Order: sequence, then structure tokens, then C-alpha cells
Amino acid sequence: MSDFVAYEDKKLKTIGTRPLRPDGVDKVTGRARYGADINLPGQLYGSVLRSPHAHAKIKSIDVSKAKALTGVKAVITSKDFEDMPSQVIPVGELVANFRDVTRNVMAREKVLYDGHAVAAVAATSEVIAKKAINLIKVEYEVLPHVIDVADAMNEDAPLLDENQFTQGEIRVLGGDTTKEPVTDKPSNIAKRLTFVKGDIDSGFKDAHLILERVFATKPVHQGYIEPHASVASYTEDGQVELYTCTQGHFTIRAQCAKLLSMDVSKIKVIPTELGGGFGGKNNVYLEPLAITLSKIARRPVKMVMSRNEVFRASGPSPAGRTYVKLGLNKKGKIIAADAQIDMQSGAFPGTPLGQATITCFTRYDIENVRVIGHDVISNRPKVAAYRAPGAPVAAFGVESVIDEAAKKLSIDPIDIRILNAAKEGTQTYYGVKFPRIGFEETLQKAKQHKNYQIPLKENQGRGVATGFWMNIGMDTTASLNVNDDGTIAVSVGTIDVAGGSRASLAMMVAEEFGIDSDKVRVTTGDTSQLGFNFVTAGSRGTFAGGIVSVLAARDAIEECKLRAAKTWNVKVEEVVWENGFARPASANVGPFEPLSLSDIARNATRTGGPIAGHCEKNVQGAGPSFGTQIVDVEVDKETGSVKILRHTIVQDAGKAIHPAYVEGQYQGGAVQGIGWALNEEYIYGEDGRLQNPGFLDYRVPVASDVPFIDVEIVEVPNPYHPYGVRGIGEVPIIPPTAAIANAINDAIGVRFETLPLSPPKVLAAIIGS
Amino acid sequence: MARKHVVTTINGDECDFLCESDETLLSVIRNQLRLTGTKEGCSTGDCGACSVMLDGRLVCSCLTLAVEAEGKVIDTIEGMSDDGNLHILQRKFIEHAALQCGICTPGFLIAAKALLERNPNPTETEVRYWLAGNLCRCTGYHKIVEAVMDAATEMRG
Repeated sequence: MSDFVAYEDKKLKTIGTRPLRPDGVDKVTGRARYGADINLPGQLYGSVLRSPHAHAKIKSIDVSKAKALTGVKAVITSKDFEDMPSQVIPVGELVANFRDVTRNVMAREKVLYDGHAVAAVAATSEVIAKKAINLIKVEYEVLPHVIDVADAMNEDAPLLDENQFTQGEIRVLGGDTTKEPVTDKPSNIAKRLTFVKGDIDSGFKDAHLILERVFATKPVHQGYIEPHASVASYTEDGQVELYTCTQGHFTIRAQCAKLLSMDVSKIKVIPTELGGGFGGKNNVYLEPLAITLSKIARRPVKMVMSRNEVFRASGPSPAGRTYVKLGLNKKGKIIAADAQIDMQSGAFPGTPLGQATITCFTRYDIENVRVIGHDVISNRPKVAAYRAPGAPVAAFGVESVIDEAAKKLSIDPIDIRILNAAKEGTQTYYGVKFPRIGFEETLQKAKQHKNYQIPLKENQGRGVATGFWMNIGMDTTASLNVNDDGTIAVSVGTIDVAGGSRASLAMMVAEEFGIDSDKVRVTTGDTSQLGFNFVTAGSRGTFAGGIVSVLAARDAIEECKLRAAKTWNVKVEEVVWENGFARPASANVGPFEPLSLSDIARNATRTGGPIAGHCEKNVQGAGPSFGTQIVDVEVDKETGSVKILRHTIVQDAGKAIHPAYVEGQYQGGAVQGIGWALNEEYIYGEDGRLQNPGFLDYRVPVASDVPFIDVEIVEVPNPYHPYGVRGIGEVPIIPPTAAIANAINDAIGVRFETLPLSPPKVLAAIIGS
Repeated sequence: MARKHVVTTINGDECDFLCESDETLLSVIRNQLRLTGTKEGCSTGDCGACSVMLDGRLVCSCLTLAVEAEGKVIDTIEGMSDDGNLHILQRKFIEHAALQCGICTPGFLIAAKALLERNPNPTETEVRYWLAGNLCRCTGYHKIVEAVMDAATEMRG
């Protein structure tokens, strides 16, 4: 079978309509069960002791008083986890260095950030667990720390890991990938990745306009409203049942099995309803601790993070320092582009360096490109993915410089992007040659949008920026059963990460069978029910989950045709499936009445047994998604406050299976981007401690901060999905930071190169200018 | 220290419980009464996921002591639908796709119902400011505001 599933342009009945989501009633009535809503009989409550220091050697840990407290059933430290050698190994389709993973879930020799786990307890109540935590005595030797990415790259910066040397790799398009010589001095720079296409020196030589700028963004948190929560039960025969809120129950299983040296088959992970993840719920934090505590206490253990712990100890997205240099000709064509993106990865290597470098200039067709990325560790929590991980950091700089170039060359900001836009056949610097994409369409439609024509008043400005995400497929599975009344149950291994994939997968299955989508019930299977699934990330839920669901449906439809052939005593080739019925392929086959899906299902026992379909596949053919956003702002010159007047999103979805959920992804992602642009940041004190680990001081956008977000869905079908689907969740967060900075520039003439654009910063710039 | 005996009415039913004097109403609702529709997002009164009505007043149950509920009437999300019929707000949230992950939804619904009881004809700005105490990270608020405005229209008749 080909790796690709081809797009078919056909008349659709269900896809593109807006049925009600199947998880809706559970969510509006309080029935839906999230991580912290799970309770097991006899459960204990776990709590974690966390480091108050940014960087310190652990000299000793005394848990004796905690252990002696009545009601305490287990106390664990790093001694309860095996050390792991430093080697980057694949596990559950993730590549990870388990030397780092085991140290992140429980500090060993050193604590590396404020909030780093040091010990954990399980007790008969939350109150006793917290009391016990306070009885644990840790002796620290405080070490010098480094927070900022630029400081961490300095030669004399405090080192987090004396055994880390910079590994470099240069990838030349059409040439070799070469390793750079490993540095002889240890460094906080874990990795340098360089992409080269063409010759930037000759490109810049020919340029009419050269702009060179340095930008900086702050780490921001995914900000899911549901804190991490896990309940683990370890039985006397060594079996584990683990409830957890995650985007990837199979990879959680794989990571726990590796960390705890257990057979994969002995761990069953049941994913709960997910209260937001945005990339931040792919990694293990509480899970191995809860399992280990349960193993010692022989009772189920429930652990829930506080909001303070979520901010201090779960991954924010990386901060970055981005150098951008663009060379353009007189007409505005970019002929050379150079960038260096220094990405802060937190206490351990593994920032989304590849994604930041790959997405940096890829919206544009540029002959000469160089992009250098650095993966830099510092005394902050290990970063995690956050919606289009890495891309906003790079795009903020690139889209700001393009805006400046457009102004200098007196070209409309959308026109300059149309002139340079990547299209079908464009050769990217990272290797891919684009299939059919819809970038130019988003730009054209943005230019024609009514919001782009509205006249602006004093202190108001308009900004444009674009975004790109490559999207992924990966290992995905689905199991489909035709019930005896002809309704359908589909179990998938992807998580409905909020976007409504249970609805959209049901709609695709219904479309295949030719039945109503409310006859199809899609649920997420636990790890014991299905083959391995990669984490639901990179906007693959509806794309890859859709492909396996469609193929499982086709598998079952083939079986239905066989059953009809058997019933009619004809060959299967003489049966066709149309609009929910098996029919004779032609009048010559015989005078048979069509058999409905429920007719066939009712007779399944007599024709061979229950009817099912399944699909297990490494899904290929993810279609890149592109978007253009237009933001209008008004700047209050007395306070420095920036008000979003209008926000317009034009993005290619390939095909919107359920348009309301596509709109929801666009709107939600854009508002996260608004938060990143205007308010959100991790603020550290001189002592290396996080100063704003709560929603009061870490200010995510609220309803009164934003207007209605106007959405236009462009549909340029992905050639490698049966219904043309492209992943759409990542792109909306990419353009807002630059679009807002560009709009502010348009309003007051000040160009900002650092985020967030909070009132004090904007006011200082207004006064300064 | 002896636990306190508290008698209240929850979602129309008389209910009594024992609690510590420093225990929050949220903790009792979720952990003792197992009404887990009320969510804990921050426990500092910043996210609104734990919103409940206490004697007709919108409160963050994470900032309310359980003993304060003595003799009072508590309404949570579990009591919002009436005899199998969803409240108009609940229905509109589903119809407008005003929820995604859904963790903030109970809090939004409780807060929106409190708004419409006071102001049956709110402007968009009034809806946005009233709901500014409830955080949603998925939707960007667009469809939530639409759903509340549409529910208000239908409730006015």
C-alpha cells in the first residue's frame, strides 16, 4: 500500500457541516472527567517538595521526620529512581536523553531551577502530605545561576553541566550534512544547527536594501487551565493502572516504562478528558512519581499540581534571541536572508530548535539563506512544546524586518509578502519541495478583506504578519466496530486535545459509510486497547486520526460488501457501497434489494460474525498550513496601553471538516498570540526565583482584552488526505506578535524588538521618542 | 481540632458535611461531595473555574471557606440543567461551539447565568467585562461571548 492516501474531490454530505460536538453535554453539565476528577478507592494523596533555589548542589536529604509522621505511607527521592546513562535514545517514537528525563522528574546531584522536584510523599490526606513535605530537610550548597539565554551563552557563564560540549551540525541544501568539531570547553550551548541554501554573501552583495536587527522574546506558559494531575495504582503483581491528563498516553507509558525499568505491557495508561495542553502535556512530570509512591505504599496515589507548581515546574515555551538580516532588491524581492536563533531550553537540552530554524524564513521563496540555531540551557524549567513550538520566536523577528523593509521601499505589507510568497514547487532550505500549498491565497484574500480597507484614526495602526507550520503525521491507530444495529463505534489513539476531533473523525467516518454522523461514536482508547500512537501534537489529530479512521471505515465497508455478496451469493466485485447501502454493481448481478448498513449488521452473526475495521499506520503526507493575520491597534499615549481593535485571520485549512472548530482553533491560537505579544512573560528575580507563578501576575488575555476575532477559512486541499485536511492548530499563534508590533509601529512610529509590549515598555518608548 | 458541622442546600437538596475550619468550599464540593463539575484552576481566585453561586451571589469557591456555607444555598454546575433539559446557556454553548477543552466551561456558565439574572440585555462590552474573571485558554472568548449574547436574546423571548 502506498504511504500516501490521495485526496478525492467529491460531493460531500456531512463534511463541512456543523453538527453538535459529542462531548458537549458532558462538558456543560460538569460530567466530563478531567485528571483531577479521578478518584480511586483507598487512594493516598501525593505531594512534591520543590527546590527554592535556581542552582544548587544537594548535599543531603533527611526524610526521617516525614516518614515518621502518622498517615505518611511513602517518601521518595532520587534514590528511588535508577540513574540512566547519557544517551539519546528513541522511546515511544520520541527521542530523549533519559539521563535528563530522570533528573527532571526528580533532581539527583543538583537542583537546576526554582521548582525542581527534590522529594515526594504519599499520605492519607492532602494536609498530611503537605505537612510531611515541610518535615523533609534538604541541605543545599547554592551555586551561581544563569537565567537569560544571552548570559548563558557567555564564556564565563555559570555552567549547568560541566560535561556538556557544543555539538554542531551544518546542513547544506543539495550538499552534505557535516558535523562541526565538538568544542573543547564545556558550554551551556548544547547544540548548534545550521541550514544553508545558496550563497548569502553574494546575495547580500547584490542587495539594494539590507536590514539587520536583533529581537528578543520571553518564555511564556501554555497556560492550560487544568493543572497536571495523575492517579496511579501499582498492584502486588507489578501491574500499573495510570489515569493522567495528557496529549500522549502511549508516550507517557513508554517514558514511565523506561524510567521505572518496567515492561510496557505492565503499564496501562487511561487518558482522562484533557483540560488544555497546547504542547505542554506531552511529557512526564507526576506520572513516574505517583507510580513509585504507589509501588511503595501499595495503594493508589493521586497527585495534582498547584498552579504555582505548573508555572515553576512544567514546561513553558522557550525564550529566544533572534538576529535577522534581510537583503532585498528595489522591487522588494528578498534575495538573501540570514538568521541566528538562540533558543533557551531550560535546565536540560531539547528546545524546539529544528522547528524554529525550519519555520524561520520558509514562508518565502528565497534563493540564498542561512539559519543558525542554538540550543542553550539555563536555570529555568525544561521547556516543553507550545503551539507551533519555536516558530513564533523566529517569526516575530522575520515578520518585523519584512514590515520595516516594506515601509522603507514604500510597498504594501501584503504585496511584499505576495511578491516573495512560497508556492507549489518552492524549494525550502531544509529540504522539502512544497506540494500544493495555499499561502498566496491567504495573502490575496487578506488584501481583499473588508477589514484591510477600514480607515484608521489617530494613534491607530495596522499590522500584518504571516505564519507557517509543516504539520506531521506519525504513528496512528484506529479500531472500528459496526454495532449490531448498524451504528458505529470508533476507538482512536489520538487525544481530543480540545479541538473537537471526536466530532470531526465521526464526520469523516460517517461520510465514508454514507450515514449520519450521530450514528458514529468516537472515543479515545486506552493504551491496552490499541496499537501505539504518537502524541497528539503538531496539528495531527484530525489529519492523521482522520486518515486512520477513514481507512478503518474502508476496511469495514469492504467487509460489509463481502457480507452482502455472501447474502446474495455473488462475487464481492459485483457489490458496490453507495450512500450507506450495499448495492449490486449493475443490473446484471441480479434483482437484489440494496442492503443497508443496519441490515448487514443485524445479519452479521449469520454471515460470519461481528464486522470491524482497523488501521495502524505511520501516516505520511501532512500538508503544510499557512496563514496571514491583520491586526488593528490603538495606542493610549498616556498609559502605553495597546488595545486590539480588530483581528483578522485568513488561513488555509485544506478542508474544514467542521468549520466552527476550525474557527475556534484560529481564534484561540490568535488570542494566545495576543497574550504573548502584550503581557505574558516569566519574570525572574536576581535570586533566580520565578516571581509571577500565578494567573494574577502572569497575565493571560481575558474576555475584555480582546475583540471578536474575524476568521476567513481558505481551502486549498492537501493532496495527501482523502478529504484534503491540513493541520490547522499551530499557525494561528505565530503571526500575532509581529502583527501587533507592526501595528504599533504603524500607530506611533516606534519599532519594538523585545516582547512583551506591556504598557510600561510602550509608555517608556513613547516618552523616549 | 474538632471538625465543623455545616448544613446547607446544594442544587436544591439539603446537605450536611463536616469540614475543617480552614477548608475551602471548593475542597468540600469536589473532594467530599464529589461534585467534580466545579474545577480548580488556580486556588487563588484568578481563573474563575471554581465559580459557584452562594445565596444567589457569584463567588470563587476556592476563596470561600466551607463553614461560610452554613444555612446558605449553593448552586453548582450539576444543578444547572432542569429535569433533563439543558439551561439555554448550556445549549447555546454547545450550539455556538463556545467550548473546546471544557475545563473552564462550568465556571463560565455559572458566571454567565449570574450576569443574565442581573442584566437580561447586556452589551458585548458588559458581557466581556463580567466574564473577565473567568479564564479560557482555548477559544479566544469569541464564541463564548456570542453564545451568552444569543442566550440572552432567547431568554428575553
